[in-house]
Amino acid sequence: MSSTHIVSIYDEELKYLTRRISEMGGTAEQMVGDSVRALVNTDVALAQKVISEDVILDTAERQINEKAIVTIAKRQPMAADLREIMGAIRIAADLERVGDLGKNTAKRVIAVQGSSIPRNLARGLEHLAELALMQLKEVLDVYASRNIEKAKEIRERDDEIDAIYTSLFRELLTYMMEDPRNITPCTHLLFCAKNIERIGDHATNIAETIFYMATGSQPEGERPKDDHTTSVGAVEE
Amino acid sequence: MTEAATEELLDKKMNAVPLKMVGKDVSVYYGDKRALYDVNLNVRENTVTALIGPSGCGKSTFLRTLNRMNDTIDGCRVTGTITLDGDDIYDSSIDVVELRARVGMVFQKPNPFPKSIYENVAYGPRIHGLAKSKADLDQVVEQSLQKAGLWNEVKDRLHEGGTGLSGGQQQRLCIARAVAVSPEVILMDEPCSALDPIATARVEELIHELRTNFTIVIVTHSMQQAARVSQRTAMFHLGNLVEENDTDKMFTNPDDQRTQDYIMGRFG
Ligand SMILES: Nc1ncnc2c1ncn2[C@@H]1O[C@H](COP(=O)(O)OP(=O)(O)O)[C@@H](O)[C@H]1O
Ligand SMILES: [Mg+2]
Repeated sequence: MSSTHIVSIYDEELKYLTRRISEMGGTAEQMVGDSVRALVNTDVALAQKVISEDVILDTAERQINEKAIVTIAKRQPMAADLREIMGAIRIAADLERVGDLGKNTAKRVIAVQGSSIPRNLARGLEHLAELALMQLKEVLDVYASRNIEKAKEIRERDDEIDAIYTSLFRELLTYMMEDPRNITPCTHLLFCAKNIERIGDHATNIAETIFYMATGSQPEGERPKDDHTTSVGAVEE
Repeated sequence: MTEAATEELLDKKMNAVPLKMVGKDVSVYYGDKRALYDVNLNVRENTVTALIGPSGCGKSTFLRTLNRMNDTIDGCRVTGTITLDGDDIYDSSIDVVELRARVGMVFQKPNPFPKSIYENVAYGPRIHGLAKSKADLDQVVEQSLQKAGLWNEVKDRLHEGGTGLSGGQQQRLCIARAVAVSPEVILMDEPCSALDPIATARVEELIHELRTNFTIVIVTHSMQQAARVSQRTAMFHLGNLVEENDTDKMFTNPDDQRTQDYIMGRFG
């Protein structure tokens, strides 16, 4: 930001929020990456690590909220400062959810261990995860840089993740139809895919929040549709 | 109707609110010193308009142009036009005493006359001939004190001195005094700066109620107060009006960088 507050401790309080959000972002990224790696390699130890890390994000979110509330009460923030604080609260909530989704994926590693995941399915999941992680990483970069154009780009790119998720969904259905014994592991994988797709949505939320923080208005235009699988299998009209 | 449509309608209504006072290219000079630069500012009917900005930016100076209080200051000169319901208040045909009855004023420091509570309120109606009888006057006094939210606190000691009241009560007495002559516009210059938070809250609550019957312009150095009490806010800086906006917009997303810096407590 271009200028500083006359009361310098106010700046410190806002910086605290920014720093904690960045830390949360780093942890969330790590957890998501680890959870997918644990899934495709059926690495139970790594999955356990992810599960145990969730509490870090829960704690961080709570601390950010507490600091935000105290800052609002003490400083009566206005305009961009107020948006900064509200934005921090919202982004912290999104990142906490990203952590939950990583943890949920990790939990399913334990459930699917023993059943082998077909190679191309694993690749599909990895690809989905790569895209979601890239969205997450880029949106965290935008949080640091406040590059509005970038924020808009990220928001528009969510389409790609949705498309891959939809194709994975169809593919999983074919495995289940082929052999009913696939139903249990494939259902878990389906949830994992959904988890990863939801991470993309949270990255989109964060991009919109950053846009709002910087401009005071919501980004224009319809947000890309999130989930096309609601109509998969439905009779085409 | 959808919620959004209702909101839009309300916004339209807000823009359709009649203009009570219009300032056009208003400049003020104190001798050679220029204090205001071509200010264009509208005051909407039944709206609280807050004037904010750093000390010395010209808020009080502008406020005083609205009822020609500057006339009383030696060497002070006003150019541009200011209208009240479309009539130029600086026109030679205007009776300044009558103008000040229509556009009343409440000052920073509560300044009751050294007389009884009753006399403080009755003074204006009496000199303006607004009450025909003692009973009439009693009624005006009671109603004014009611409107100022002070009646219950003073009804049993109307004939005690006004200066014996607490600071907050004194300020509400001054508001009752302003209200007593049935003005259309009430100007307030930092009316809470000498009051504690509770007394301040009472006055703010009062401003909220008065808005139904009066048009209010308030100078305040507290941005939070401007945000709390007003619907429109005007930001002054070095004698210029830098931004006039809906209060909600002003304090969440102002258009001008100087407004931004000021309300956020920053320096550029
Ligand atoms: N009676 C006066 N005589 C000379 N200069 C004045 C007088 N009143 C105000 N000024 C000057 O005009 C400018 C605006 O003052 P004022 O309207 O009181 O500002 P604010 O109310 O925003 O603090 C200041 O520079 C101030 O010194
Ligand atoms: Mg002043």
